[in-house]
Formats: sequence, C-alpha cells, structure tokens
Amino acid sequence: MTTIKLTINNTPATLSVSPIKRLLDVLRDDLHLTGTKEGCGEGECGACAILMNGELVNSCLIPALQADNATLTTIEGLANATHLHPIQQCFLEQGGAQCGICTPGMILATHHLLAQYPNPTDAQIREGLAGNLCRCTGYMRIFESVRQAAAKSLLPNH
Amino acid sequence: MHSDPTQFALIAPATLSEALALLSNGRHTPIAGGTELMVALAAGRLQQKSLVSINHLPELRFIQTTPTAITLGANTTFTDIRRNPTIAAELPLLTLAASWTGSIANQNRATLGGNICNASPAADTPPALLVYDAAVTLISANPETRELVERTFPYAEFHLAYKRTLLHPGELLHSVTIPLPTPAHHHFIRKVGTRNAQAISKTALAAIATVGDHHTLTEVRLAAASLADRPVRLYTTEAALLNASLAAADITTTVLRARAALASESCPIDDIRSTAAYRTAVAANLLEQFLRTLPA
Ligand SMILES: Cc1cc2nc3c(=O)[nH]c(=O)nc-3n(C[C@H](O)[C@H](O)[C@H](O)COP(=O)(O)OP(=O)(O)OC[C@H]3O[C@@H](n4cnc5c(N)ncnc54)[C@H](O)[C@@H]3O)c2cc1C
Ligand code: FES
Ligand code: FES
Repeated sequence: MTTIKLTINNTPATLSVSPIKRLLDVLRDDLHLTGTKEGCGEGECGACAILMNGELVNSCLIPALQADNATLTTIEGLANATHLHPIQQCFLEQGGAQCGICTPGMILATHHLLAQYPNPTDAQIREGLAGNLCRCTGYMRIFESVRQAAAKSLLPNH
Repeated sequence: MHSDPTQFALIAPATLSEALALLSNGRHTPIAGGTELMVALAAGRLQQKSLVSINHLPELRFIQTTPTAITLGANTTFTDIRRNPTIAAELPLLTLAASWTGSIANQNRATLGGNICNASPAADTPPALLVYDAAVTLISANPETRELVERTFPYAEFHLAYKRTLLHPGELLHSVTIPLPTPAHHHFIRKVGTRNAQAISKTALAAIATVGDHHTLTEVRLAAASLADRPVRLYTTEAALLNASLAAADITTTVLRARAALASESCPIDDIRSTAAYRTAVAANLLEQFLRTLPA
C-alpha cells in the first residue's frame, strides 16, 4: 500500500491504496464516486474518461500512483448544488443520453473539446469524441448536444 | 481476467538518476503513460511484477529545437507532439502519426518512448522516425558505480527482431533526435486500418524524397509498419527508385519497378488484423500513390 494525495472535484483527499490499482477503481471503490463508468477496461471506450490536470484521460489505464498530487474532475464535479452544468443540460435537452453508461465520459470529452475549441467544426467534434463509444444513441443526438453546448457557451454572460 | 493489484509493486523515484539506479539491477520494468502496460494488466497478462514509474520525470519530457535538429524526450506525449508548431512545420509526418495514435484521451497519456520501446511492428510513429533518419539516445546507470552511461544509435538499428530492441535490461530510451529535412523534401504518410479513428494499422507507409532537375528522384527514403516482424526501412525499394524518372513517359515503368521491389522485400505476418498478401498489396498501392503525387 502507498499513500497518495489528490484533489478530487475541488476537495483534497489522502488515500492508502495499492500503487498499481486502477484510478477508475480508486474513484469508484475508495472515493465512492460511481459516476465514472467501466466499459471495456482497456482504453477503447472512454466510459471511464475524467479530467486529470485539465487533460482528458481514461482512468482505467492509470495506476493510482501516477495520480499522486493530481487535480481530478469527474462527472460529479461538474454540476453545482442547484444546477446541472450547461453541457449536462444540453445532453438532457437533446436526448444525448439513453442508458447513460457512456454519458459521463461523453460529457467530460465534450468539456475538454470545448475548452480547446469553443466553436468546434464537425470534424473537431468527431475527433474529440472518437474515443467515446455509445451503444444506444447512434451518436446524432450526442452531436446535437455538443453543438448546443458550444452555441450556449458562446453566448455572453456565460 | 483482471489482475490482483496487490501482486504488483510500483514506485515513482523522484529523479531520473534515482530511477536509473533502481532499474540498473535489470529486475524492474519502466512504465511511462501505461497505455500498453495497463492494458496487459487488465487482461491478466502483465508478466513483470515490479514496475518503476518514469512518467512524472521532467528530465524525459521536453522538446528541444536547434537550427539543424529537433530532440524529443522519451516522455513526450502524442498531444505534446501535436501541439508543437515547429514539429508540425518541419516534421509533418510525425504530427500526422501522433494525430492518429488512438483517441485524444490516449494521446494525452501515450508517450513517444513507449510507442518505440513497446516495439510493435504496427506502431504509428516508427515509419515517420525511420524516414526522417532519427537517432535514439539510450541511458543507464552502472549497477556498481551508479555512473550514468549514454549511447546514441541510428533509430534504424534499434529494432532487432519481433519485440526485440537494442535496449539492455535497466536501460531507458532517453530521447530521439531528428535532423531537419530541407524545404525541398516531399513528405508522405498514410495508414490503412479498419476505420479512421482509433484503429491499429494493417499497414502504413511513410516516405520522403527530393526530385531533381530532370524529373529524377535524387533522394528517397521509405519505411513501413507491419511489412515485417518490426518497423522497417525499405532499402531495396529505395535503391530501385534512386535516380528513377518521374517524367510522364517513364512514370508507369518506375511505378512497376517500385512495386516489384517492394513485394520482393516485404515479409509481413498474417494476424487477426490482416493477411500478409493484403498488407503487401496495400503497401504497394500506397507507394504508387506517393510516386504519382510527386511533381514530375
Ligand atoms: C485504445 C488504444 C488505442 C491505441 N491506438 C494506437 C495506435 O493507433 N497506434 C499506435 O502506435 N499505438 C496505439 N496504442 C498503443 C499505445 O498507446 C502506444 O504504443 C503508446 O505510445 C505507448 O506509450 P506509453 O507511454 O503509454 O507506454 P507504456 O505502457 O508505459 O510502456 C510501453 C512499453 O515501453 C516501455 N517503455 C516506456 N517508456 C520507456 C523508456 N523511456 N525507455 C525504455 N522502455 C520504455 C515499457 O517498459 C513497456 O514495455 C493504443 C493503445 C490503446 C489503449
Ligand atoms: S473503461 Fe476505460 S476506456 Fe473503456
Ligand atoms: S447512452 Fe447507452 S451507451 Fe451511450
């Protein structure tokens, strides 16, 4: 066991874990943040995607020790006490989620995409979400959700 | 089958010299971005039980530009490569290869060093590095004195056989140095996989060339993924093309000669992704495409 310190959704945490334990399992088992999902467990599907130091990463491929001193954002860190994050709201309004397994990863991938390209082209959306697989929606509604989120975030006062 | 994490040791030394001192007994395996090793762990086929994390070491994560060359530390991620405007301008094949190495989440973690040292014949950056005549610098610590030892080789000598490289146990890839091509060089790369996003290649071809006054190829370097048990330069095909004419009257003969040379030196494997015959045929098509897009 080894001690790691991290900041998770703006809250500091200190944990004692096996150093090679997957960050995905640390989030779900040790921190009880079950919003982050496991699809494939091998980097292919993006269901486990989170932001680590602002970069999109697949938490199933990160050993806990490599997250020592990192700042993490999971899906639980986006909404505030009363309001969904605008990207979540757009997924809700556009029907971008069905069973919901891919949704946390899709939303964090969208967050990462819009931070880089506030007004993304279709090709940029496609590339930004290419690592996130969805078995339900057929992707078109996810596209519409991302487009709406981009349009909203470009409005003043946002 | 998931592995039991408590069966594995992993430590993160504070400095490169500490990491090398630890690795010097040859009993630990380095882990960088983990996008190969953590997949093996998940599948229950990670043989190495003791790992040393090198991912956080700043000594291995840098991009240094001089007037004649670019040096990339082993820990340079594919995202670092894609975001570097000098690489995009001078070494476009490397930027392209980085852009199709898995998803964005993968590119944020996967390192150049891991891509090379994992030594898959299908990996995306080796063909680009081979045609750019890259050199690799390896670093290790003497197990007794802990003195650091560096060696530098042409990258073309790095891959010895399937998944076998020049690296000794305990040795790390430190960096890759690429001499800048001239503005006269034409660059080409194309990967053929099952789909555009996130697919390992069936085959890929990289090429750079210069064309002289008389429509002749004055310099040509070719390299491929998955045409052998390791990433390879295509020296026989290069020799067949040197001084060949690209003039309209000659291009068909040149293409036929090039295709035959490539088929003669191609020895791919059959595997789940493709067959040997398909790989050779597609690589020959890519080569033809490259030759026909050069200015005649
Ligand atoms: C979903 C997915 C898609 C992928 N798609 C592609 C693709 O399209 N194309 C492609 O080429 N690859 C692909 N990969 C494979 C992988 O992402 C790359 O090979 C990556 O570059 C490996 O780097 P890493 O730092 O993550 O390696 P790690 O897993 O950390 O290490 C890989 C190997 O290299 C060794 N190593 C690492 N750094 C060093 C060093 N400095 N010195 C000595 N040895 C070292 C390790 O010991 C290990 O044996 C994909 C992987 C996943 C999970
Ligand atoms: S569960 Fe991590 S990418 Fe699929
Ligand atoms: S909503 Fe079910 S997998 Fe995407």
